[in-house]
Amino acid sequence: MFLKKVMVAGAFIMLGNTAMAGCGISSGNVNVLSNDFPAIQAVTAGASTCAGDGVTVKTNLTKDHKDIMVAALTANPAEYTSVITSNSTLVTLMNDGLVRSLDDLVAKHGGGLNPSQMVTVDGKIMAVAFMANAQHLFSRSDILEKAGVSSIPATYEDVLAAAKAIKSAGLMDYPVALNTKAGWNLGEEFINMYMGTGGDFFKPGTAEVAVNNAHGVATLNMLKSLVAYSNPDYLTYDSNATQAEWEAGNLALATMWGSRGGAVMDGEGSSEAVESSTVLSSAPTWGNNARPASTLWWDGISISSNISDEDAEATFIAMMHGISPDVIKANNAAAVWLGKGYTPSKASAGVSATAAGGAAPYPMLPFMGTLHSALGSEISDFLQGSESAEQALSDIEAAYTAAATEKGFLQ
Amino acid sequence: MKNRTFFWFILPSLVAMILFIALPIGSVFIQSLYIEHGAVLKEVKSCGPFGCKDELQIDVVATSQLKQEKPLGKFNGFGTYTNRNHLAVNEVRDAWGSSPNWKIYFSKVYNLPFYRALAFTLTYTFLVTPLVLILGFCIALAVNSLPKKLKGPTIFVSLLPMIVTPLIGSLILFWMIDSKGILGASLQWLFEDPNLSLKASPTLTWIMLIIYGVWHSAPFAFIVFYAGLQTVPSETIEAAMIDGASRWERTRYVILPHLVPLIVFISLIQLMDNFRVFEPIVGFSAQASATSLSWIIYNDLAGGEGTFFGSAGATSVLTILGVAVLLIPVLIRTWNDFNRKAA
Repeated sequence: MFLKKVMVAGAFIMLGNTAMAGCGISSGNVNVLSNDFPAIQAVTAGASTCAGDGVTVKTNLTKDHKDIMVAALTANPAEYTSVITSNSTLVTLMNDGLVRSLDDLVAKHGGGLNPSQMVTVDGKIMAVAFMANAQHLFSRSDILEKAGVSSIPATYEDVLAAAKAIKSAGLMDYPVALNTKAGWNLGEEFINMYMGTGGDFFKPGTAEVAVNNAHGVATLNMLKSLVAYSNPDYLTYDSNATQAEWEAGNLALATMWGSRGGAVMDGEGSSEAVESSTVLSSAPTWGNNARPASTLWWDGISISSNISDEDAEATFIAMMHGISPDVIKANNAAAVWLGKGYTPSKASAGVSATAAGGAAPYPMLPFMGTLHSALGSEISDFLQGSESAEQALSDIEAAYTAAATEKGFLQ
Repeated sequence: MKNRTFFWFILPSLVAMILFIALPIGSVFIQSLYIEHGAVLKEVKSCGPFGCKDELQIDVVATSQLKQEKPLGKFNGFGTYTNRNHLAVNEVRDAWGSSPNWKIYFSKVYNLPFYRALAFTLTYTFLVTPLVLILGFCIALAVNSLPKKLKGPTIFVSLLPMIVTPLIGSLILFWMIDSKGILGASLQWLFEDPNLSLKASPTLTWIMLIIYGVWHSAPFAFIVFYAGLQTVPSETIEAAMIDGASRWERTRYVILPHLVPLIVFISLIQLMDNFRVFEPIVGFSAQASATSLSWIIYNDLAGGEGTFFGSAGATSVLTILGVAVLLIPVLIRTWNDFNRKAA
């Protein structure tokens, strides 16, 4: 009798063990490098449930992932088996051939994925996207109402008019905010605004920059008109600062990341009045163009080249668990998920509207990052009024050309 | 000391210096002479959650072959040094030819990233260094004349700015001078200007960074001078007092000459430290208004998308040259002192 009990108990323990390693992985190492925000924390936590019996799952979530990923994946074997990438970082990794094609892994283990989640380059699946993000408009309906603005602004011209109304009604001195911290953030604002003109960043088929034109001048002038309604400290405002200002009730109109929507609406860090009157809507259009002035971003899973096929398979299966419908359902409000199991929420309305409005994705070009850096450092002079738009654009062109030559994109 | 003994005596530090100083600088210099291979680009169809597009991508196979043959990259000589993002030789020459007067010429040169960073770096170095010397000396004199009981706690409190990590110190001040912070709001009240913001105007940002630099480094000068003050011979001071020298005259003609070696020492350290000013620019998010040579290096390596090893190497070598030029007068002085003493 006793022996029987022991055997049954033993069988349960063994069952338990296989269930723990229950993602169907027999062995392998999973080590994930990624950015750090709530949606990604949910994904890596989901992947970590595959740990057990011969399978190790380690994660490193850091804001500095961009700075270490190339060195970490160049090593052989690579330090990380997977990097959670986005439009811009995937290109950087592909430039050096550091991520592998996922065609066979998707065919074998990716049955539950939507076809739209596949990021393919030259016919090969290089990443599996799991969430979308974009900057879009956040408005305070109560303040707009008090200022006599009847509807949520749909264009940046409307935003300017509403800001003027709010200011002249004495409600706020600085109602507008964008993520305008000099550097990457400011570069991104230029790219978003320029996207709204429909212009191209580069001469077709080449790495030669093409923003030094009438579209570029108009973009700079629009940015300058907007920051005139921003706090004078705007060149130090990153996405954490704008979120804090929003939650403190100091802003009425802001262009912020969609992934901040959940954080603003989470019932923490803000007053009831601010939260209940926050409206998320599409990124505005401007200048009689139809395309919203924003760029669409995805975050997705990539697998390193310099690892064994066994580890690659284990990593892929674990990450599929990380983005499974169960994880998505449990964290529905954390992001605009692209996988099955997602039901659109109030917090995701802005990103969905921006995508539906026809906003373009952030260009997946090898030299886009170089232009982004040049933009980030060269346009603050213009915004501060110490040089003309034409001068700023020719500075951007010159800075980009020198940097792209060093990178080998221009000969 | 015999030459042979001297050699064995110096060998460990010589080896360490070659390994940890000379070789890294050499490798940085070599890296600065190279740029990346020309990328082989091809147009491919790329698709994602938001649709498909024909876009240029790097032909990894063709490019990796080039990389394997020559891993350092393409030899570029001093091309990186002279390009627009560094010494900008052509741009400076063009500006000279096309500028009707000095003011326009300087504003054109100042528009170039390297010279803009150099301008702030030099201004910072040449304002902070003397101010630190003066302030440190004054604090040392003041503390030295305190009653014994108060000295300990005062020294501890005076040293605090140096104990705080530069990045943390500047972040703390960054929030204090925010228009809603205690210092920022007080200034607005004091000047009766609700729009006053220290972070908004380049001039105020420079002043703020320089004040931060003095605040951070003054304790170093203070503690060195304070130690020096303990060695001023009391006989000389008493003799000066008997001769009827005032407090000012004693300081000027007895104490200061006694402390000259320390002034040289502090200047040397401070010139080097201030020339590579970096943390406050990051901490104060000041890059829109003020950049430094070290900040440019950081930005090339970790600031944006992608890394620029050649650029970072070139700026590093130029910074080393800058430090060398700055230190020459001080070193010549030390050398002369040494020879005088030897003779």
